[in-house]
Amino acid sequence: MSAENEKFPKQHIVGFLGSLVLTLAAAWAVVGSGLPTHWIIISIMVMAVVQAFIQLFMFMHLTEKNGSIQVGNMLHAFFIAAVIIAGSVWTMSFGFSHNHSDNGGGGEEMQMEEQEHNH
Amino acid sequence: MMDFLLNEFLVTGDPLIYGAMVSIVLVSIAIVFVLTYFRKWGYLWREWLTTVDHKKIGIMYIIAAIAMLFRGGVDAMLMRAQLTLPNTEFLNSQHYNEIFTTHGTIMIIFMAMPFLIGLMNFVVPLQIGARDVAFPFLNAVSFWSFAFGAMLFNLSFVIGGSPDAGWTNYAPLAGPNLNPGPAINYYLLGLQISGIGTLATGINFMVTILKMRAPGMTLMRMPIFTWSSLITSFIITFAFPILTVALALMTIDRIFGSQFFTLTGEGMPMMWANLFWLWGHPEVYIVILPAFGIFSEVISTFARKQLFGYKAMVWSMLLIAGLSFLVWVHHFFTMGAGAGVNSLFSVTTMLISVPTGVKIFNWLGTMYKGKIRFDTPMLWSLGFIPCFVIGGVTGVMLAMAAADYQYHNTYFLVAHFHNVLIAGTVFGCFAGLTFWYPKMFGHKMNEKLGKISFWFFVIGFNVCFLPMYFLGFMGMPRRTYAIEPEWMPLNVVSTVGAVLMAIGFIVFVYNIYYSFRYSEREKTGDTWDGRALEWATTTPVPFYNFATVPEITGPEAFWKMKQEGGTTYDKDNLEPIHMPSDSGVPFIMSAFMFVAGFGLVWEWMVVAIAGLIGILACMVVRSFDYDHGFHVSVEEIKETEEKAREGEK
Amino acid sequence: MSGHSELTTGPLEYRSHEDRMTVLGFWLFLGAEIALFATLFATYAVLFGRTADAPTPQELFEMPMALTMTFLLLTSSFTCGIAIHEMRRGSLKGLLTWLIITLALGLGFLGFEIYEFVHYAHEGATLQSSAYWSSFFVLTGTHGAHVTLGICWAVLLIIQLKKRGLNQMTARKTFVLGLYWHFLDVIWIFLFTSVYLIGMVV
Repeated sequence: MSAENEKFPKQHIVGFLGSLVLTLAAAWAVVGSGLPTHWIIISIMVMAVVQAFIQLFMFMHLTEKNGSIQVGNMLHAFFIAAVIIAGSVWTMSFGFSHNHSDNGGGGEEMQMEEQEHNH
Repeated sequence: MMDFLLNEFLVTGDPLIYGAMVSIVLVSIAIVFVLTYFRKWGYLWREWLTTVDHKKIGIMYIIAAIAMLFRGGVDAMLMRAQLTLPNTEFLNSQHYNEIFTTHGTIMIIFMAMPFLIGLMNFVVPLQIGARDVAFPFLNAVSFWSFAFGAMLFNLSFVIGGSPDAGWTNYAPLAGPNLNPGPAINYYLLGLQISGIGTLATGINFMVTILKMRAPGMTLMRMPIFTWSSLITSFIITFAFPILTVALALMTIDRIFGSQFFTLTGEGMPMMWANLFWLWGHPEVYIVILPAFGIFSEVISTFARKQLFGYKAMVWSMLLIAGLSFLVWVHHFFTMGAGAGVNSLFSVTTMLISVPTGVKIFNWLGTMYKGKIRFDTPMLWSLGFIPCFVIGGVTGVMLAMAAADYQYHNTYFLVAHFHNVLIAGTVFGCFAGLTFWYPKMFGHKMNEKLGKISFWFFVIGFNVCFLPMYFLGFMGMPRRTYAIEPEWMPLNVVSTVGAVLMAIGFIVFVYNIYYSFRYSEREKTGDTWDGRALEWATTTPVPFYNFATVPEITGPEAFWKMKQEGGTTYDKDNLEPIHMPSDSGVPFIMSAFMFVAGFGLVWEWMVVAIAGLIGILACMVVRSFDYDHGFHVSVEEIKETEEKAREGEK
Repeated sequence: MSGHSELTTGPLEYRSHEDRMTVLGFWLFLGAEIALFATLFATYAVLFGRTADAPTPQELFEMPMALTMTFLLLTSSFTCGIAIHEMRRGSLKGLLTWLIITLALGLGFLGFEIYEFVHYAHEGATLQSSAYWSSFFVLTGTHGAHVTLGICWAVLLIIQLKKRGLNQMTARKTFVLGLYWHFLDVIWIFLFTSVYLIGMVV
């Protein structure tokens, strides 16, 4: 607890700077990196997860008091979130063709592939 | 104005509904009259409407659930009456649609869940040696939001018209274009309001069980019903937000014109089915796991043996909880998501039968070489095993995606889920209620009447639902209001079964009255030679539950205490007990939720906003409330305990 | 409840058993909130691209706007952390100052969000225009509603802190508010990434 009584909130500042860097890096990845789309998506999602953990551990004191229950609960929440999102996208990605698509007549296979790239 | 009142607001034109209106008015007048005549308004407000005592809240849940079981049961009887013979004109198709919708919704949301949550409320704090739940105020909010949500839903029946798109409420049928008017809004708002309460219950019980156990009661020393409640709460906490969102999205579709589940604007109707079942499948386990817990307690008590395979039981429940979130697509295999999707969900579904099978063998193992007593709670538990296994086996049949294309939407499915939900949940509720009844009300339910009601119900249940499997094979579709002549014989059999079940239910309810009048009062707290801590308290249980909380040194806390001479009244170690204060805020806040919901149902935004402001005002009042509760003095504890324990000597 | 030890040292908000249970309960509630937002994200992902006749997100999303909102909320989360830090040092004045800064940043964020919604509506993208835009407005709107609620809650707490000073109960309430506020930033990180950034590349 001694760290808490310091005047200078070191952990918070490190966390804040880390978040700023990650946010800018993600923005740069989109605007200026020129990477293939799916690599951009993977990299910015990874950076988002890292930022979320910064908040949870450095700002929110996740490990205090009932640490093991709280960490377990959060991990499970992330697992459920992944199931809901990935499961829904996978289950519902069939046979959709919207107006703006150039390959509207490209058949279901193409569409499914495109949907996967989208997300 | 009159025109609106007669054509839209009130449901008119059906003699059955006129009858219901008259009876609702008469019953309401009778209640007001009785309360006024006996000057019970103050008593009602002080002792019940404002209470935060988990035992009273549990009892209110159970009373409400039995009332809802009656309403849902009447719906069921109406359906059976319509389906007995071909060309029946008893109900028209619209009325039939409304009846099967309200039957399903009420039985799942307003009967099964509150019944089990009621039992959890009453029993769990007693089983872990706690004096109340972790957040007693929140617990009252949970109950009252359920009660007002249920009231809102049931109101649809006479005001505005009942929802008619099935309990699954699929889009686009339930969307604004195909189903204008307030009916579906009642479904959405009624479920939304009670769902908020359920979510709060989940969080409340998780904290209660994790943090308020008696000293020495490790997780692996907890009674199995408490374990099942913990796991159920865990599922509730993660599943109910999904329902909240799904309901909200459809509400916004209907009231504010968004395009989530519509056919226009590139909306996606099947996304509703996806979200509904993402919640809906975990929901199935929410209503079955506590029942498993009850059966485990009852079988162990009446076989007079420690539960066989306690650890396997716990792990199998955890596994079921984990898998429950991974199987939802099996409810809509026929959507045609493709071979990959259907195969995966087929496999995960079949996997669930493994931990469930483990539990069946644990119950059988518990009875093996036990000295079994055949009291009513045990009969319900014994009846459960074979009936539930039939439901489980047909469930595995349905799990095969390719075969499901044949079974889907037929009476085979109807028979399957009634076989698991009635044999599992309803038998579980009856077993639990008769088991803990003496602890709640100070007297047993009459054994003879209990057995009569059991045999009527169980025989009726099988006569009613077994023919439905064959009707399914014969091609009888689900949710049809007219049968073909060749389906008649089996439908007649099925209706006879339903009548037997109704008789069983009536006997059960009569038993409550009969036992209240004539049953011998309990002299000790330990009616059944019990094994868990709830039986260590006196009957009736003092409002603070335990004068002193015993130190737990092993599993089956009370069984050990009986051998070693422990007590929950250690005269020399009494300390003042801190208890929470009662509060009227939960009741008032939930009443405002009702107002807001009613406003949204009719799209009267002024009313809705007024209700919302009321809810927020209650939250502000609560935020500024620094009431720390009160302390019960040592003298008062002594006096209460001495009086309660007189009979024991 | 008696029988559970009351602590005399350590952060104020953890001193009594009830306070510790409240904090744990709130963490469990945040787990439920993750499931809630995940469902909204899933809906957004499934309906992605379904813009019908309305403009596409590429046409409307702008990096400067999204970045400004992100920095406002990120900074507010940081200042909120400092407020709790000050609280643990026992400084009521520090707590109140940083809490009010947090509030101001939150209000700034809300202002931008409202401006953004009005702007999109002006360009022809509304809640009603297509499945994609329905899911966009409900997802970001739910987050915005959470921020609004957080601001109202913080105002109530500031009044209570002024009236009662720092004690076990106000400390616990403030700590829980802090958790809520940080959590809103966690959600925003994912909103920024999967709605705005991905909306700009795909």
